[in-house]
Amino acid sequence: MRGAKSAKWVAIAAVVALGATACGGGESGGKDSGNKGAVDPNAKFSVEVGEPENPLQPANTMESNGSIVTRALFSQLVNYDAKGNIEMVNAESVETKDNKTYTVKLKAGWKFHDGTPVTAESYVKAWNWAANPKNKQKNSFWFSDIKGYAEVSPTKGAPKATELSGLKVVDETSFTIELSTPIPYYVYKLGYEVFSPLPESFYADPAKAGQKPVGNGPYKFVNWQHKKQIEVARYDAYTGPDKAKNGGVLFKNYTNLETAYEDLKSGNVDVLRQIAPKDLPVYKQDLGDRAVDGSNSAIQTIAPAFYTDQFKDIDPKVVKGLSMAIDRETITKTVLQGTREPATGWVAQGVLGYQENAAGDAVKFDPAKAKALIKEGGGVPGNKITIQFNADGGHKEWVEAVCGSITKATGVACTGDSKPDFQADLQARAAEQVKSLYRSGWNLDFPMNANFIRDLFGTSSDGNQSGFSNKEVDALIKAADGAKSLEESTKLYQELEKKLPEYMPSIPLWYYKVNAGYSENVSDVKYNQKGDPVLTDVQVKK
Amino acid sequence: MGRYVARRLLQMIPVFIGTTLLIFLMVYALPGDPVRGLFGDKGGSEATIAALRREYGFDQPILVQYFNYMKDMVLHADFGTQVASGRPVTEILGEAFPVTVRLAAIAFTIEVILGIGLGVIAGMKAGKLADTLILLFSLLLISVPVFVLGFIFKTVFAFQLGWLEPNVNDSMNMGELLMPAIVLAAVSLAYVGRLTRTSVAENLRADYIRTAVAKGLPKRRVVGVHLMRNSLIPVVTFLGTDIGALMGGAVITEGLFNIQGVGGTIFDSIQRREGTTLVGLVTVLVLIYLAASLIVDLLYAVLDPRIRYA
Repeated sequence: MRGAKSAKWVAIAAVVALGATACGGGESGGKDSGNKGAVDPNAKFSVEVGEPENPLQPANTMESNGSIVTRALFSQLVNYDAKGNIEMVNAESVETKDNKTYTVKLKAGWKFHDGTPVTAESYVKAWNWAANPKNKQKNSFWFSDIKGYAEVSPTKGAPKATELSGLKVVDETSFTIELSTPIPYYVYKLGYEVFSPLPESFYADPAKAGQKPVGNGPYKFVNWQHKKQIEVARYDAYTGPDKAKNGGVLFKNYTNLETAYEDLKSGNVDVLRQIAPKDLPVYKQDLGDRAVDGSNSAIQTIAPAFYTDQFKDIDPKVVKGLSMAIDRETITKTVLQGTREPATGWVAQGVLGYQENAAGDAVKFDPAKAKALIKEGGGVPGNKITIQFNADGGHKEWVEAVCGSITKATGVACTGDSKPDFQADLQARAAEQVKSLYRSGWNLDFPMNANFIRDLFGTSSDGNQSGFSNKEVDALIKAADGAKSLEESTKLYQELEKKLPEYMPSIPLWYYKVNAGYSENVSDVKYNQKGDPVLTDVQVKK
Repeated sequence: MGRYVARRLLQMIPVFIGTTLLIFLMVYALPGDPVRGLFGDKGGSEATIAALRREYGFDQPILVQYFNYMKDMVLHADFGTQVASGRPVTEILGEAFPVTVRLAAIAFTIEVILGIGLGVIAGMKAGKLADTLILLFSLLLISVPVFVLGFIFKTVFAFQLGWLEPNVNDSMNMGELLMPAIVLAAVSLAYVGRLTRTSVAENLRADYIRTAVAKGLPKRRVVGVHLMRNSLIPVVTFLGTDIGALMGGAVITEGLFNIQGVGGTIFDSIQRREGTTLVGLVTVLVLIYLAASLIVDLLYAVLDPRIRYA
C-alpha cells in the first residue's frame, strides 16, 4: 500500500510542478503603462545587471555589466543617435582637414563630479595613462591608431616612451590627435568609453578610483555594494545634451535572468536588458506593451578557420554553398523563438552605412544551388565539417539546427564541436586550434559599417581570428580608409560589403534583437545599438 | 582527550595541503586562460596581456605558483587577488561567507528541529498512521529535485499568495531568507528524520529502555535522556557533514533565489577561471568540514560515555 500511496503523492507533486510552470502569465501589463501619469523627476529606478568584472575604470571595462555603469558616470567627446549619426557631447567640435590630425575643442564650463574642471589635459593624460601597458588596462589597444603607440606598447621588448607622441595639448580647452595613418571615421571611435577623461584625483590611487569613480557624466557615483547594487544619482550641474530625466539609477545585481524576470513581475526591479529563454514564449503576454522587441547592432556568424588544411585554399564558392544551405528563416523562427532576424549582409542594422541585402543570394536558402556551388568549387575537403561553439552560451541548439540544414541540403556531414565554456573556446581560437569552422559574433564598437568589415576581415585586424587574408580585400579596405571624407569612406565600405560574397570571409547568420521589458513604474524606456537601455531618458512615475 | 584533539589538529595539516594542491592543479588543468578570457572576442594588446600574466604569476611553473600561493595564505592570510576585478580574494570571501552562513544557519536550525522532531514522533509510533505519513512526506522531499521544489514554493507563496518575496534582494533580511532556507533544508531534513526514526524505533526495544521503564522512571525522562542520547549518535554524524554541504552545496538554491553567497561565487569563479578565488573558497570550506567533523567526534563522548578516545 505504501508504494501506491507514495506514487499518488509523486503524481500530486508533478501536477503542482506543472501548474507552477504553466501559470506564469497571471498578471498582464494592461493599457495604463503608456506615458500617462505624473512623473517624478527626482525618483530613482532600478536596472538589472550582473556584478561588473572589473573595477570601474573607463579604459578597463569591456563587458556589458561594467560598461553600462561607466557610461552613466562618464561622458565622452561625442555620442551617436539611433541611426548612427554623430552628436557632440563634451566636445564643441572635432575637426580635421586630412583625416590624420584631428583638432578637438571642448565645451567650456564642464566639471568633474568632484568640482575640478574638465580640460584638454584631462583627456590627454587619461589616454596616455590607459595606453601604457604598465597600467594593464584591458582596452589599451584602442589607442593603437594614435601616433607613438608602438613606442609606448611594443609587441616585443621594452617600451621606448610612456606618452603617445600623437597627443598634444594646445590650450586649456583644445588638443590635437595625430594618427599614424589617416582614418576618415576616427571621430566615431571617440564615442567609446575608453576615451573618457579622468580627473586629477584618479592618478593618486587608480585602484581606489575604480571602486569609487569620479566622472564627468550625467550621473555621479553614490556607492557600490559588491554583488548587491551600484547606486548613482543625477549630477545636477551637468550641462551635456543628455541630462538625466530621473533622479538616479540603482544597478541591481542578478545572477540569472530568470530571477530578474520574476522580480520585474513582482515590482522589485524596473528595467531589464534581456529576457531569459525560458520566459521568451510568455513575456509579451505577461508585459503587454511594456515588452520590448527591437533591433540591436550585433551579428552572429560562422567563420571558417582559414589556417586549417581544410579551408586553406578553399574556393569561396564552397563557403557560399554552405551559406546557401542554411535555412535562416526557419531556424530563427523555431529554434531561436524569433529572438534573431535572418542576416542579409555582414553589417548589422542601426549603424551608418547599413544596407539591405548586401550579401544578395549568398544568404538565400537554396539547397539545389548550394549543392551545385560546392561541387563547382571542388567540394569540401573530407566532405565533413564541424562548428566549434561554447556550450555555456546557449548555442548548442542552433548549431545543431544549422548543421542539420547543411547536411540535409548538401550531403556534407556536419557536427557541433563543443567547448565547455567561452574561455576554452577563445583559447582554441587564439591558439589557432579550431578544426573546421567556429561560431563567431560581433557586437559593434562604434556604429559605422567599417567596424563590421575592417576590424574583422583585414589581414592584420585585431578582430580577425579566422586567419582570413585576401590582398584584394585589404586593398579595398585601404582605399576606404584613405577616403577624403566620412561619407566617401562609408560608401566605399558599402561597395566592399557588396563584393564580400565573392570572398566569403564568414557566413552571416542573423542579427541579434533586444528582447527586454520594464515595469509599470517607469516609462520612456528605449534601447541603444548595444542593446542597453538609454538611462537618462527613463521617466519614473509618481 | 587533550592528546586526541592535538592529534586530530595535526592530522588536518596534510589533509589541508592535499586538498588545496588538488584543487589548485585541477583549476589550472582546465582549458582556458583567465587573462585571455578577460578580452573576449576582440583580443587585446600583447604587451598588456604579458603585463597581467606577470602580475599574477601565470608565467611561472605551476608548483612555484602553488608554493607562493600557500606561503602568502599561511603567513599573511592573503588569498591572492582576483584577475578580473583586481580585488583581494579575502574581500570576496568576506562578502560571500556571511550571507551563506546566515542562510545555512537558518536551514540547519529548521533541519535539526523539524528533522529530529518528526523522526522521534515517527519512531515512537512506528507502524502507525503518523509514522506512515511522515515517511511519505520525507520520501516526497527526497525525490523532488531542489529546483522543482524552489519553483513550487515561489509560485505558491510568492506569486499566488503573495506572502513572501520571490527572490532575495537583501541578504540581511531574515524573512526573505526563510523560503530559500526551507528549500535548502528540505532534503537533509528528510534524511535526518529517517535516521532518527530508525534509531529511535530500534532503541525502544533495547534492554536499558525496558530497565528504565521498569525502574518506574517517568516517560519524559526515559525518552528525553535514555532514548535520545543513544539514538542521536548516527544523526549527529550526519548533521556534522551536512554543515559543510549546506555551506558549499547551495549552488542551485542560491542561483534559484538570487542569493550572492558561496555557491554562486564558486560557480562564477569556475566560469571565469578565477583560480585564486576558487582555491580560497574551497580552502575555507575544507576547514569548515574539518572543524565540523572534529566537533562531531568530540560530541560522541558526551552522548555516550562508553566511547573513549585513544
